[in-house]
Amino acid sequence: MRPTFSIGIGGAAGQGVATPGDIFAKIFSRRGLHLNAYNAYQSIIRGGHTFLTIRTGPDPVTNMGDTLELLIPLNQDTMDRHLGLLTAGGACIYNAETIKPGPAAEGVQLCPLPVSTLADISRNKVAQNTLAMGAALSMMGIGFQSLESVIREQFGKKAESVAEENIAVARAGYDYATQNFKPFANPVPMTDVKYAVLSGNTALAMGGAAAGCKFYCAYPMSPSTGVLHWMAQNGRAAGIMVRQVEDEIGVVNMVIGAAQAGVRAMCATSGGGFALMSEALGLSAMAEIPIVVIDCQRAGPSTGVPTKTEQGDLWQMLGAAFGDYPRVIAAPLDIGDCFTLMHEVFNLTDKFQVPGLVLCDLLLSEGRLSVDPKVLDFAPPVDRGEMITEPNGHAEGGYKRYLITESGVSPRAIPGVPGYTHVVSSDEHDEDGVLISDMYTNATKRRAMMEKRMRKEAGIAAAVAPPNLQGPADADVTLIGWGSTQGVIEEAREQLAEQGITANQLQIRWLVPLHGDAILDQLRNAKRTIIVENNYSGQFARYLRSETSFVADGHIRKYDGEPFMPHHIVEAVREQLAGDTTLSVPTHEIMV
Amino acid sequence: MATIVETPKPLTMADFKGRVDPDWCPGCGDFGVLAAVQKALAELQIPNHQIVTVSGIGCSSNFPGFIETYGMHTLHGRSLPVATGMKMANHELTVLVTGGDGDGFGIGGNHFTHTMRKNVDLTYIVMDNQIYGLTTGQTSPTSRLGMKTKSSPFGNIEGPIYPITMALAAGATFVARGFSAEQKHLTELIKQAIQHKGFSFLDVFSPCVTYNKDNTFQWFRPRIRKLEDDAAYDSTDWLAAVEKSTLWGDEIPIGKFFERTDLPALHEAEPVTKSGPMVGRKPHIDPAVAQKFIDELM
Repeated sequence: MRPTFSIGIGGAAGQGVATPGDIFAKIFSRRGLHLNAYNAYQSIIRGGHTFLTIRTGPDPVTNMGDTLELLIPLNQDTMDRHLGLLTAGGACIYNAETIKPGPAAEGVQLCPLPVSTLADISRNKVAQNTLAMGAALSMMGIGFQSLESVIREQFGKKAESVAEENIAVARAGYDYATQNFKPFANPVPMTDVKYAVLSGNTALAMGGAAAGCKFYCAYPMSPSTGVLHWMAQNGRAAGIMVRQVEDEIGVVNMVIGAAQAGVRAMCATSGGGFALMSEALGLSAMAEIPIVVIDCQRAGPSTGVPTKTEQGDLWQMLGAAFGDYPRVIAAPLDIGDCFTLMHEVFNLTDKFQVPGLVLCDLLLSEGRLSVDPKVLDFAPPVDRGEMITEPNGHAEGGYKRYLITESGVSPRAIPGVPGYTHVVSSDEHDEDGVLISDMYTNATKRRAMMEKRMRKEAGIAAAVAPPNLQGPADADVTLIGWGSTQGVIEEAREQLAEQGITANQLQIRWLVPLHGDAILDQLRNAKRTIIVENNYSGQFARYLRSETSFVADGHIRKYDGEPFMPHHIVEAVREQLAGDTTLSVPTHEIMV
Repeated sequence: MATIVETPKPLTMADFKGRVDPDWCPGCGDFGVLAAVQKALAELQIPNHQIVTVSGIGCSSNFPGFIETYGMHTLHGRSLPVATGMKMANHELTVLVTGGDGDGFGIGGNHFTHTMRKNVDLTYIVMDNQIYGLTTGQTSPTSRLGMKTKSSPFGNIEGPIYPITMALAAGATFVARGFSAEQKHLTELIKQAIQHKGFSFLDVFSPCVTYNKDNTFQWFRPRIRKLEDDAAYDSTDWLAAVEKSTLWGDEIPIGKFFERTDLPALHEAEPVTKSGPMVGRKPHIDPAVAQKFIDELM
């Protein structure tokens, strides 16, 4: 088992859950620790219940984990809901004046803080939060200095006096805990490495910027809005045109216009916005204008649960827009991969002049992870494909925008180049770009153009590596997942190994191209295959079956809006190995 | 980009003739609009390759195929956002947007409003024939109350919109109306619209000779009044323009309703374009800026 330490902070929206979360994240990452943060919240600005989990440790922390070491309830509701997550050795720090503890498990330390005697609560509305942070760090064996410097950064922007006041409150909590509470048995360690901590949305935005995106636009939609926020804040410094548009239909069409002008252009949305964009994906494919569209999935259908996660948009993506056309669909495996994947998708879409779709989800978009800063490479390879940006010898009028080629890719001249004027069209057209849709329909040409475009699929498949099995080849169980479940399946495999069950993993990053034959090859010797996914119908299982005829032995599905925890998968695998079921739907016991 | 020596020969209308002849019905008002656009471009001497004509879908939206410029024939109703993206990525291009009343005011109505508000430097020419032509004759957003069409066989019970009033309300900085049969007047309006820095809206009566038996050339001719003929009319007076924009019936004004030149176009208001167009820039961002982004996460 990887040594980790988890903190849960909960309260009503507006009570200030985020700030202690940010501060803990900074302190851990500066101690050279990995961390993973996940915020379970609702679509409400004030009230409701927000529960932030921060899990840290010296080894990579790929998911929220199963239990807590420390609970900081900011209200009674949080205490009532989550005290049960603490096991022996854990502790709960709370405001003794407003919150009553419930029945705790054996060996859990209850740490009441006399908030009004330690701080002037009439002046400082979040005194209980700051006191609790101070107390927590004392119990974790972390020197006060690290908290002091982060508070200074956090509040110093407002005013020096605000920072000083908060430092004094934190100090009071720290000292009170040193005198009155038992420290944790294993102090939080320290390493020499330093990590960047970022959300998936920030990683997607930065990854796009690094890939050379020069045009970004969006309509706000949870959980994708963080990409817009990063772009709006940093676009001018990065040299990116950023626009907020009236709706997602406008968004994707604006991206297409910018891309046709010759820049790399992208947008991000969630399932509902993606639905509005789908017609234009056909335009991108038909006119052969490369664009990148990110879908940060949330629980659907319809408005669904805007603040909850799901992997429910796969079939929407596979079927987006009518007609057949080549496309690329990729799902990042973790937050670091949100960054890396962007330049890979941009290169493919440019090279093959097709729409590139990134299938992210709320878990990654709004979660936060420690990432080695070396992953954040701002000079990745850029391949713009066959582009004509200067006149280079084509005879006037001799240029064919949709020249039929073996690869299906035709050199692309951008507007402004003398001698290459042409029309790109959403109607079917011939090699010259002349419409063969209205007056001059032509079955032979139509077939030739369809086949030209569809030939790109072979090139795209050859440009992407097939997936590989992770873990022992002769494992008892093969777990198959896609996208964001990489980390939690990995940890579940470790837990299974400790229980004497070996498991390997096939994690799909490229959904199109899928590499069905390679997947069948990888699964040929699997003893028992189980597909794990965050949706109701087994969207990937159905896709894999449609492409390969492969039928898995079992399924683990979750569609309650919350992500998998490792034990969900472990318990499901055990029940399936025992022959109890072939479809496990784990219950999410953290009530948020 | 333009490193080759340009042909010194002045451009003529013929240089803007497209590779394909228009497939519009004989007598369609759109022929007059096409001719006026070609004439305006020739008179302004804008090189073909520096122009992009963007359209949506509909009879009039086939326009880009009939003119010798770069062209984009996009989706129904989506020409304005596509053109906006084009202009934002390369503001050195002259971007014309062409389409019909259904494309622009119906399915594209939301983009129409917002593109005007943003003051994107586009010239938007709507060939307004008060009918859906390519779908063989249904009511459009500008069909009059009571008009009988295939989708309103008993008479249209919904009133029309007033595109000029809408444009004024939405903040368009150049608002004009032309008539396909008034070639000289229309050409002049198109030239002014292209030269205007900011969003130019040009609603052009372009009669459908096949499906609209109400708003014909003959119907318009006696009704139109040129604003330019009224010496007292001041096209910088927004309220006067609003008042004129609602006139309909025996007298229908055409001409330049309104223009203001004191507002920056969107690309001028956006600091990121200060160093030139977005297109042609190096893909990688300044390493010092990139390092700052990473440092903020540490």
